[in-house]
Amino acid sequence: MRSRPWDVYVTGVAETPLGEVTGQTELSMVALAAREALAEAGLGLKDVDGLFVNYLGEQGSVQVGEYLGIQPRYADSTDLGGAAFAAFVHHAMLAVAAGRCEVALVAYASRQRSRRVRRLGETPDPYTLIGQFQAPHGLPRPIGHYALIAARHMHVYGTRPEHLAEVAVAARRWARLNPKAWVRTPLSVDDVLTSRMISTPLHRLDCCLVTDGGGALVITGRAVASGAAKRPVRVLGAGESHTHWQISQMPDLTVSAGAVSGREAFAMAGIGPDDVDFTEPYDSFTITPLLAFEDLGFCGRGEGGEFVSGGRLGPGGELPSMTSGGGLSYNHPGALGVQLLVEAVRQIRGEAGERQVPRHRVGLVHAVGGCYSAASTVILAQD
Amino acid sequence: MDHDPLTTWFWQGAAEGVLLVQRCEECGHHQFYPRPFCLRCESDRVVPIEASGAGTLYSFTVVHVSTGLDVPPPYAVGLVTLDEGPRLLARLVGLDHTIGDRVTVRWRDGNPHPVFGPAARPASR
Ligand SMILES: [Zn+2]
Repeated sequence: MRSRPWDVYVTGVAETPLGEVTGQTELSMVALAAREALAEAGLGLKDVDGLFVNYLGEQGSVQVGEYLGIQPRYADSTDLGGAAFAAFVHHAMLAVAAGRCEVALVAYASRQRSRRVRRLGETPDPYTLIGQFQAPHGLPRPIGHYALIAARHMHVYGTRPEHLAEVAVAARRWARLNPKAWVRTPLSVDDVLTSRMISTPLHRLDCCLVTDGGGALVITGRAVASGAAKRPVRVLGAGESHTHWQISQMPDLTVSAGAVSGREAFAMAGIGPDDVDFTEPYDSFTITPLLAFEDLGFCGRGEGGEFVSGGRLGPGGELPSMTSGGGLSYNHPGALGVQLLVEAVRQIRGEAGERQVPRHRVGLVHAVGGCYSAASTVILAQD
Repeated sequence: MDHDPLTTWFWQGAAEGVLLVQRCEECGHHQFYPRPFCLRCESDRVVPIEASGAGTLYSFTVVHVSTGLDVPPPYAVGLVTLDEGPRLLARLVGLDHTIGDRVTVRWRDGNPHPVFGPAARPASR
């Protein structure tokens, strides 16, 4: 295998406890997942010198470092919402390649379900731009924003509610094969379309779950990877971008930051969409993967609706996607990024059990943050 | 509570039922929300001007859940692209809309936020 400047590997992965988690805090959940992921990498907490975490309390990695007894020489708490974690892999890859750290730990946990911390409104603060120009209009956050994107896509390209529902159905078919998935009952297109309308055109079953969960991954260079207990998975390419904070400022509602993050990741990897065996797109809402497939070049502009239909994404389909059951049916702890990466690594290693995809040489993870504000893409491959 | 000093003129206009946006006297670019200079040519010569109040509905959603606002659901929220170019988020009058509809700005008593409704036909007021 040709050596590249970014000869970097994911050498260990783990999920935190999932679902409705009691007897734990977010920090203790992260600690458990970190120890497990490091064990897969043949390492311990004392080996970690790069810490890539956020959303676990003020000052990003600082509290997590204290809790885990880690004093990093590289610390990153980039805030890209749900897109932060694939971006962390991008950053960790560069930091490891540049020799600024040897063992990078990426981690996340949330108890958003148990703690009931989710709310739909925004604060009408007269000092902030969101407070002045977005909050007063009652657009539920984030679903209303994704609803505007879906409505525009439907208007411009003739995308139908049935197309959106296909995404939820594909995710559920995968969840039925994943013993850790939160919902495993059968789901039809009709079930989605007759579920309660939340914000047109998105129904209740077009929306992701609200659960507790999280995970951890370890990223190292080639030399450290050789000591891993499990087969290391190579990071081939990564990219990130963002377009807006207020939905009114998104330049085109049918083109997301994923167009840039995907282009960058594919360019770094030196491959194209045709070389990808399976994908783990962030399915916060059914429109999210549909648009992502267009942004990433898996299909043409406006073709997302047809692309996600006909079973293409489900078990046995041409492009297996959301193979854990995704945010729609497996788990959604507010930011799914780490778990998308964990699932991709397990698929590439061939250890996904009943839901193992047949071809698993190259997997693509695409994460989205905020109100389709940010996107990050990571391409992983067998070494 | 602190107020945004860059948007004072916008809210003063809104209180009088006038929709103001920024126009660059150097290159003619219109922008909203206000910035200290033109984002297209970086000139300082940006001034508030009265927008026509007319625009096109770019997208909208009918909200069926409560977001804790005064108005009970369902209600419509949309993105309007003003004829001058900038796009803004606003409540829409009524629920029955189509993307691409022509809309105009309306003002409600005691509420500083512009709303948009179907472009007025000649006879209506
Ligand atoms: Zn200008």
